[in-house]
Amino acid sequence: VATRVKQSTDRHSRLGLTEDDLMAMYRTMVTARLCDEAQFRLNRQGKAPFVVPVSGHEGCQVGTAWPLIKGKDIFLPYYRDLAVCLVAGMTPKDIFLGVFAKAEDPSSGGRQMPAHWGSRRLGIISGSSPIATQMPHASGIAYAMKYLGQDAVVGSWFGDGATSEGDWHEALNFAGIHELPIVFVCENNLYAISVPLSKQMGIKDVSIRGEAYGFPGVTIDGNDVLACYETMREAVDRARSGGGPTLIECKTYRFFPHTSDDDDRTYRTREEVEEAKKKDPIPTFGAYLKRVGIVDDDKLETIREELKAETDKGVDEAWNASDPEPESALRHVFAEEA
Amino acid sequence: MAEKNIVQTIHDTLWEEMKEDDRVLVMGEDVGARGGVFRATADFLDEFGEKRVIDTPLAESSIVGLAIGMALHGLRPVAEIQFADFIHPAFDQLVSEAARLRYRSNGDFEVPMVVRAPYGGGVHGALYHSQSIEAFYGHVPGLKVVVPSTPYDVKGMLRAAIRDPDPVLFLEHKKTYRLIKAEVPDEPFEVPIGKASVKREGDDLTCVAYGLMLHHCLEVAGKLADEEGVSVEVVDVRTIAPLDKETILESVRKTGKAMVVYEDNRTYGAGAEIVATIAEEAMFDLDGPLVRVAGPDIPAMPFSGPLEHFYMPDVEKIHAAMQELARF
Repeated sequence: VATRVKQSTDRHSRLGLTEDDLMAMYRTMVTARLCDEAQFRLNRQGKAPFVVPVSGHEGCQVGTAWPLIKGKDIFLPYYRDLAVCLVAGMTPKDIFLGVFAKAEDPSSGGRQMPAHWGSRRLGIISGSSPIATQMPHASGIAYAMKYLGQDAVVGSWFGDGATSEGDWHEALNFAGIHELPIVFVCENNLYAISVPLSKQMGIKDVSIRGEAYGFPGVTIDGNDVLACYETMREAVDRARSGGGPTLIECKTYRFFPHTSDDDDRTYRTREEVEEAKKKDPIPTFGAYLKRVGIVDDDKLETIREELKAETDKGVDEAWNASDPEPESALRHVFAEEA
Repeated sequence: MAEKNIVQTIHDTLWEEMKEDDRVLVMGEDVGARGGVFRATADFLDEFGEKRVIDTPLAESSIVGLAIGMALHGLRPVAEIQFADFIHPAFDQLVSEAARLRYRSNGDFEVPMVVRAPYGGGVHGALYHSQSIEAFYGHVPGLKVVVPSTPYDVKGMLRAAIRDPDPVLFLEHKKTYRLIKAEVPDEPFEVPIGKASVKREGDDLTCVAYGLMLHHCLEVAGKLADEEGVSVEVVDVRTIAPLDKETILESVRKTGKAMVVYEDNRTYGAGAEIVATIAEEAMFDLDGPLVRVAGPDIPAMPFSGPLEHFYMPDVEKIHAAMQELARF
């Protein structure tokens, strides 16, 4: 193991994160990346008709999802939030049951496109495709938590494009009025499919809008998982103790096209993408773990191999699972008789 | 038993439901201090407090969207859209979200929510305070759309809607609010959603209606019976979706003639679905043409008295159509 940095000077000890915590966070980020690589491979093989990538967002997703308490707090991810869903408790097999639209897909039983996450058991609210429609739900849930006197918090994730929707404004406005226990997390990857930030808003930082709603807004490096964790934890603590909402903007980048059906060469240069990859949150975090002496290169490689085997196993199990029965399409329009 | 008008019945039923169940709350524009522009929540703020009587920002999409979130987290919100004409910004929340959450999650989630909306014309409401919106939402599986038209049905169906595990769009014809009065039992009861009701029995023809038109049809049916001995059966649809086909078909099979009266634009309105159902399933029981009396296909109801009168199906227009069909 490489030279240990003194505990008092490292970043994670100050945040109260143990080495086990760090390794769990790192493993989740790598698992998300491996799921992404696998789903694109399956897409090219013709086994997955449509996939939504996460690569590049793992740092901000794991960092911001980590402080929420499973079984108590509520997650409202958007379609790119594969790593948020892993933190909330989904497994690679769950992810691929959705990719292959199998009957056991926990999100929708194969009804929705992949990446439309949901699981009542895991506290992940089912999402749709229209952008930002989940955000009034997030504020409504936060209102219900406060109303019921629950010591719980809502995490609401969205992209930069979502910030242009009326529902986005309405949700933040209501959360500000009622000082709701909610944290709004913008994963700003600079593009809404092809439309750059400069054509989405007349400001540089989404976070300054927090002030307009009466609560703090902060912009952070979304590729720095520990910075994301730190900011989110502070926001979650404030929300839980009655201090109201926070808007966190994580500046990040998506390495792949918007989806498997997009071609990002039409709107981004390869140089820009390659430049962004130099700030890849996974090697960045790996370098930190080495610097503080928790791992070395061999260990990182072993972890990747282990997780690759687990991911591949999840893919195989999901592939071999059953399809939904065609006639089951008629079910669950309304409540069914018990 | 007390005589009440429609809006008083809504008020009292909401009050009772709020008293009975802490999970029930009301929300919308001006529902608090003002008690609702039609006074459906008058004095609620004093009685239940501002946590349960939420004056929302003026933003219809999130009135529905917030209610969805509350319903997802164990509450039973009753959201008010001040006029049905203003519900359109919430179309996405109702259609893409409320109606689909159960379906898209394969039964994992449910949205037990009520959205109340005063609709309908004849009140000098012009283009944007008169619309009938039931057809837009009746087309959407996953949403229940109800239009109770008597104080008894309003009380029973509002209670049923609040207790329903699925989202219910609860439409109230605003002209009937103070026009229609009847005895309402004091004790709580439910009128099931999804069941039409025969409001007047008859043998010569079936007239299907709801809302203000139901009352016009009942009036004309009484007149035709007295003056011409024509026996009209009047079926109150009560639930637009899911439609109670059986009650309608049973009546048509008995009378052999059918007409539908609705205030919405004629084309693609609820009446179109009702006559299509009769044509599909009771064609050989018919002794006359299927008749629709409806609003004209113009964008909306104008303000001027003569123009509004031209738009609205009324007792005279219904009388003429009913008489003609009876004589066929």
